[in-house]
Amino acid sequence: MKYKLNFYTYSNALKKNQLLGLKCRSCGTITCPPIMVCRKCADSDQEVVQLTGKGTIETFTTTFVAPMGREVEAPYTIVMVALDEGPWISGNLIDIDPARVDMTIIGSRVTFGHKIFPGDSYSSGQAARPLFSINHSLQLMENNI
Amino acid sequence: MRRVSVIGGGHTRFMANSPNTGLELLAEASMEAVINSKISPRDIQAVYCGNVLGDFSEGQGMIQSYLANEIGCNYVPATKFEGACATGTIAVRDAAMWVASGVYDIVLVCGVEKATAMGTPLATRTFAMFGDSRFEYPAGFTFPAVFAMLAHLYASRYHIPLEKLKEQMAYVSIQSHYYGVKNPNAQFQKEITLEKVLGGPMVTTPLQLLDCCPFSDGAAAVILASEEVAKKLTDKPVYIAGSGQASSGHLASQYQYLPRIQAREISVKQAYGMAGVGPKDIDVCELHDCFSIASIIAVESLGFADFGTAGKLWEKGETKINGKIPINISGGLKAKGHPIGATGISQVYEITRQLRGELVDQGRQVEGAKTGLVDTLGGDGIVANLVLKRD
Ligand SMILES: [Zn+2]
Repeated sequence: MKYKLNFYTYSNALKKNQLLGLKCRSCGTITCPPIMVCRKCADSDQEVVQLTGKGTIETFTTTFVAPMGREVEAPYTIVMVALDEGPWISGNLIDIDPARVDMTIIGSRVTFGHKIFPGDSYSSGQAARPLFSINHSLQLMENNI
Repeated sequence: MRRVSVIGGGHTRFMANSPNTGLELLAEASMEAVINSKISPRDIQAVYCGNVLGDFSEGQGMIQSYLANEIGCNYVPATKFEGACATGTIAVRDAAMWVASGVYDIVLVCGVEKATAMGTPLATRTFAMFGDSRFEYPAGFTFPAVFAMLAHLYASRYHIPLEKLKEQMAYVSIQSHYYGVKNPNAQFQKEITLEKVLGGPMVTTPLQLLDCCPFSDGAAAVILASEEVAKKLTDKPVYIAGSGQASSGHLASQYQYLPRIQAREISVKQAYGMAGVGPKDIDVCELHDCFSIASIIAVESLGFADFGTAGKLWEKGETKINGKIPINISGGLKAKGHPIGATGISQVYEITRQLRGELVDQGRQVEGAKTGLVDTLGGDGIVANLVLKRD
C-alpha cells in the first residue's frame, strides 16, 4: 500500500510554511504528523488536508545540553503544541529569549513557521521542523470574540 | 506453559570509563551467573543478549555471538534484542517464553553497554535516536528533553507549583543515592542533599544534572531454567510469574494520555493479570527512574499512587525499605547507573536477590519480600514489566 502523505511530501510542504495532515474518511480524526493509517481507528481511507498551524502551547523545555553537532543551537526551546484541529506536534519556540521561558507560556496561542534541520552523519538528509511564535494579537483577537 | 525460574545472576560494577571492553564486561557478568547457578556454560541452550549502542561505542555489532564463544557455549542460537533502555527486560521476557514453551530448559540472558566510551556529545546524540528521527530530532529533542516536557506538563495538569514538584523530584534522586551508597555495584556511592540537587547545572528546564541518570558502562546476566531444573539446582527458586510489554508512537502522538504513559498501564496490567496479583501485593519494585520525574510518573501507572500525587511518596519516605512500597532499593538507574542494554537484566537480578533475602549484609534487604515488580521504559515508546515471585 502506498502512503497518502509520506515524510518528504510533509517536510517539503513545511518548507513552504504549509502544515499538512490526514483526515480520516471513516471517523473524521485528523492525524498530524502523518502515519500510514488513522491514529484513532487505523482505517487507511485518509485524505490529505492543510491545517491552520494555529495552536496552544501545552508544554516546553529549554535545552542547554545539545547533542553532538548542535551545540551552537543551545540554549533552545522545544514546545509541544495542541493544534486547533486536535493533534499535538513538536517544534521550536522562537521570538522569545530562552532565559525568559517559564510555566507562564503554557496556554499561549501560537502561530506557525518552519526551520530546516540540515541533517548530520546519522540522518538521511534534511528535515523541516515547525517553528512557533507566541502571537499576542491572535490571543487578544480571540479573547474579544 | 511451564513455570520459569531465575536461578542465578551476575553483575559487574556499573561505572564510567570501564577498563574492560564491552564483550569482557558481558562475559564477566555471564560467567558469574553461570557459576552462581551451579551450571556449566555447556548447559546453556540459547543466549538472549541486550546491547544497544555497541556499534557507536566500540564499533562492535553482533556481540551476542562473540559472547557465546567467549564463555564456551559454542554453536547455540544467540539473539540480540534492542528496545532502547527497555532492551534487557524484553530480552528476559522473550527468553522466558522459550523455556515456558518447553523448547529449552536452561538459557542465558545477558546485557551490556559501554556508553561512556562515546563521550557526552555523541552519547547524547545516540540516546536521541530513541525518539522519532523525523518529527522529534529536527527540533533538537534529547532524552532529558522528553522528560523535561513531561515534568512541565505534569505540573500544569495536576496544578502543582513547579517549585514544589522540583523538591519532590529531588527527593527521588536523594533516596537513590542513599541506597547507591549501600550497593557495591553502584556507579555513585555518595549521598547528595536537597541543596546540591537544586543547585546543580541545568540540563534542560526543569531538569538539573542530579535529576538525570548517568551514562554508564556495565553488564548484568541471569540464568533462566524450567521449574524442574530449577528445583534441582537451587532451594530458593524465584519465578517469573507474569510479564507484559507494550509499544507506542512518538511523544506528541500520545497527546490524549500524557503525562500518563498508556503503554505502561497496558503492560503492567498484563503482568499483574498473568501473575494473579495487584499493586497491593508487590513487596518491592525496581522501576525506570531515568529521570527523577520519570519515577513519579511511573509509580502512578503501576498503581502505587493516585495520579498527580506520587511525589509525596518520596517526600514522606514511603518508598524506602520500611515504607509502603519500597522502590529502587538498588539505587535505581540514578545512582546504580544505566548501561542501557544491561539495565532490565540488572533490575531482574536485583528483585531476584531481594526475594531470596540475599541483601541483608548490604543493609538494603526488604524483609520478607515475596513478590516483586520490574518496570522498564525504552525511548518514548516501549514498556516492559515482569512480576517475580517466590513460593
Ligand atoms: Zn479514523
